[in-house]
Amino acid sequence: MTKPISSGSDWSFDLIDEYDREIARIAADFGLDTYPNQIEVISAEQMMDAYSSVGMPVGYHHWSFGKQFVQTQKGYRRGQMGLAYEIVINSNPCIAYLMEENTMMMQALVIAHASYGHNSFFKNNYLFRTWTDASSIVDYLMFARNYVAECEERYGVDEVEAILDSCHALMNQGVDRYKRPPPISAEEERRRQKEREEYRQQQVNDLWRTIPEMGGDDDGEGQQRRFPAEPQENLLYFIEKNAPLLETWQRELVRIVRKIAQYFYPQRQTQVMNEGWASFWHYTIIHQMYEEGLVDDGFMLEFYQNHTAVIYQPSFDSPYYSGLNPYTLGFSIYTDLKRMCENPTDEDREWFPDIAGSDWKQTLDFAMRNFKDESFILQYLSPRVMRDLKLFAIADEEDDDAYEIKAIHDNRGYRRVREKLARQYNLSYRDPNIQVWNVNTRGDRSLLLRHTRVNGIPMAEETQEVLKHVHRLWGFDVILESMDNGEVAERYRVPPDSDSRNTAA
Amino acid sequence: MGISHVVDRRLNGKNKSAVNRNRFLRRYRRHIKKAVSEAVHNRSITDMEQGEQVSIPNEDIQEPVFHHGAGGNREMVHPGNKEFVAGDRLPKPPGGGGGGSGQGQASDQGEGMDEFVFQITQEEFLDFLFDDLALPFLVRKKLKDTDSFQYVHAGFTTDGTPAKLNVVRSLRKAYARRISLAGKRKRRIRELEQQIAALEAEPDAEDPAFSKERPLETLREERDELKRQVKRIPWIDEIDLRYRQHRKEPKPSTSAVMFCLMDVSGSMTQVHKDIAKRFFILLYLFLQKNYKRIEVVFIRHHTAAKEVDEEEFFYSRETGGTIVSSALKLMHRIIEERYPTEDWNIYAAQASDGDNWNDDSPICRRLLKEKILPLVQYYAYVEITPHEHQALWYEYESVQEEFPEIFAMQQLTDASEIYPIFRELFEQKTT
Repeated sequence: MTKPISSGSDWSFDLIDEYDREIARIAADFGLDTYPNQIEVISAEQMMDAYSSVGMPVGYHHWSFGKQFVQTQKGYRRGQMGLAYEIVINSNPCIAYLMEENTMMMQALVIAHASYGHNSFFKNNYLFRTWTDASSIVDYLMFARNYVAECEERYGVDEVEAILDSCHALMNQGVDRYKRPPPISAEEERRRQKEREEYRQQQVNDLWRTIPEMGGDDDGEGQQRRFPAEPQENLLYFIEKNAPLLETWQRELVRIVRKIAQYFYPQRQTQVMNEGWASFWHYTIIHQMYEEGLVDDGFMLEFYQNHTAVIYQPSFDSPYYSGLNPYTLGFSIYTDLKRMCENPTDEDREWFPDIAGSDWKQTLDFAMRNFKDESFILQYLSPRVMRDLKLFAIADEEDDDAYEIKAIHDNRGYRRVREKLARQYNLSYRDPNIQVWNVNTRGDRSLLLRHTRVNGIPMAEETQEVLKHVHRLWGFDVILESMDNGEVAERYRVPPDSDSRNTAA
Repeated sequence: MGISHVVDRRLNGKNKSAVNRNRFLRRYRRHIKKAVSEAVHNRSITDMEQGEQVSIPNEDIQEPVFHHGAGGNREMVHPGNKEFVAGDRLPKPPGGGGGGSGQGQASDQGEGMDEFVFQITQEEFLDFLFDDLALPFLVRKKLKDTDSFQYVHAGFTTDGTPAKLNVVRSLRKAYARRISLAGKRKRRIRELEQQIAALEAEPDAEDPAFSKERPLETLREERDELKRQVKRIPWIDEIDLRYRQHRKEPKPSTSAVMFCLMDVSGSMTQVHKDIAKRFFILLYLFLQKNYKRIEVVFIRHHTAAKEVDEEEFFYSRETGGTIVSSALKLMHRIIEERYPTEDWNIYAAQASDGDNWNDDSPICRRLLKEKILPLVQYYAYVEITPHEHQALWYEYESVQEEFPEIFAMQQLTDASEIYPIFRELFEQKTT
């Protein structure tokens, strides 16, 4: 019988090494493919720093991170909030933070969860492979930080802050969903930055050099050549390339925020999958350690207490309810996939004929690699999980004075619940669909954006505030039309219209 | 298989967020200033040793992004169904705006707190206060220093820098060591030499087996060995060295009393009093850095003077005429009764709107020159008024000519003009 690696809650660097060795061995046995790990032990104060820089190991300076910090600090001091369970960076080597206050059990749990679970997800999920370059992110952030600092020195903190504020407001509109971008790289950026400086301003000028034709009847909008020719959804990109009045350094700032938005884009789309995957593996790996006698009963008791807290899902009517817990949902789906492989029931054979009875490691590996939350749920959410979580779909229609239960976890409802839940994770349903529609290149240079309503859902009140930011970047009038079934339902303009006629719907 | 690299980062980069936090404070200066200003109003002047809670309305602090508003048609999935079946209808709560989007986004917005509340530290608090008072940088630093220290002699220690070596002590130690190490041996050497001499004096035995050469040799060997040992004892050794030891001690070690004199006649408004309060605070902060123990005496006056507590001093209202000398007389009496100058450093700060009963002003001048100024370290007078000066001001001017070092006066309309009156005071102590 093997002796447990340690007992009691104290950790040491030697123990961390030893646990990590065992965890690495078990993870490899299970076929997890990871980047090398860099495990950093930090203090609570430092964890608050890491927390407030929204997961960037090096960030440029901005007041909003300060605000985040102040908030974290307050929560922590009052004891309202346990600090970060784990922070892990999608980089190569994969950086994970361990807090010095943690017990040995927690350190082992976080290592299994972050350094092997998340790490393998970062390395292998197709979205991360397509959108991010783990080996260059730290360099790139370093480049960004230095560039921003340089700009602050040259143009003043206020100027830089204003541009960054406006870019941050559009961060969710800074990604092309359908184009595969080149991965970011600091070296490349530095090399090309000089070139861009020279050419970009020139290109922008080209677009605006067009002198309005005299006497022509170009008032009719239909005859005018549209710009852009196709609607564009990447607002930041469009602004970077075409905003008439931006200075070169301001364009570079737009670009930096856009690149960082791109880096985080996969994380927004794989929360359930990624957290579920990491939770599944910390659970599986720690259990294997227990089986091998590497950890003792005390360790397991503490482990269960933490694990259950992580995957706790309050019901919709609980005061603690704040939506579905992605850890729970993801963990349940992966766990049930494994069950279907090992102990399939008739229901599983009917719903998942290819999965029932297959090799679980291969099945999970495939699921992890090739999906994002939306498609993952649509593909793998089983009736069993829907029953366990007692999921139900409820409709809230504007013209109805009552909510209606549309489907529950029964034979008639499974498909609808699954479909609706999957859609909830579709970013184009979550974020309003806004596109650059047209620029009045010959007249007042105003920028026209269009919002396409889905199911009649309007824009929120603060839209006008966001448009002010667009206006700051664009430099001329900005209009947003919220379209419902091809008609303008609501119109926003900055600066505001002098005649209120247009704002009515 | 991953190769892990475990790094201890605990010691580097502790305050990574400090810059961002400062950016944040900088952006919300206006809100923080307001909070500090209110705190100054509400706190005692002796209570500037803590931070303050600042709250900023959410609409001022949020970072807007495009997102969906309420309305339209949605269908959401939730966990924890208990008794619903498909087709159940649940009436919407009246006027609830349709229940919003039901999850996630909703809690970021409207719901919950309307204010963003956070804490600034004492240092930040003072910074904002000093901004208000337009204090020069050097003075701020001095006031914010947790304490000023001086080095006092505190005995000797066995290690230190060569500059602190105490030669006399070290040599004395070396001497003692040499005696203790060599003394016993030297005594033995003397004994041995006597024995050797005695032996040498004796006639040698006939029988070589009893020859004295053998014992002599043993004795000589022992003697020589001891001599070698004594020779090896270093003249001075590292353990002999003694260094002077110094300890940091807080410098302020005496007591001070601060007199706050204020005119509370009807013409002094609350705005005037708030400016005056800052004036008193600044003097208090200065004293706090320089004295261990400070007492504050509040004297308010209109036609008659009265010693009061702080609350009454700043916030109760009076009407009537003004006789400034009444306060000076009371102050003088209190000094004589309670604060003998051998034990107390006396500071006074007087605030008024310049109004005084005309015949009283020359009396004030005399009182100051003859009775009060000889007793005090510093006397500061502010006149909080945008109007023309009256007799009191001119009388005080003549006092200032005579006592330029310890008597300062200034007319103010705003808190930022307070500092110059203390310039002399702060410069004396900061250089």
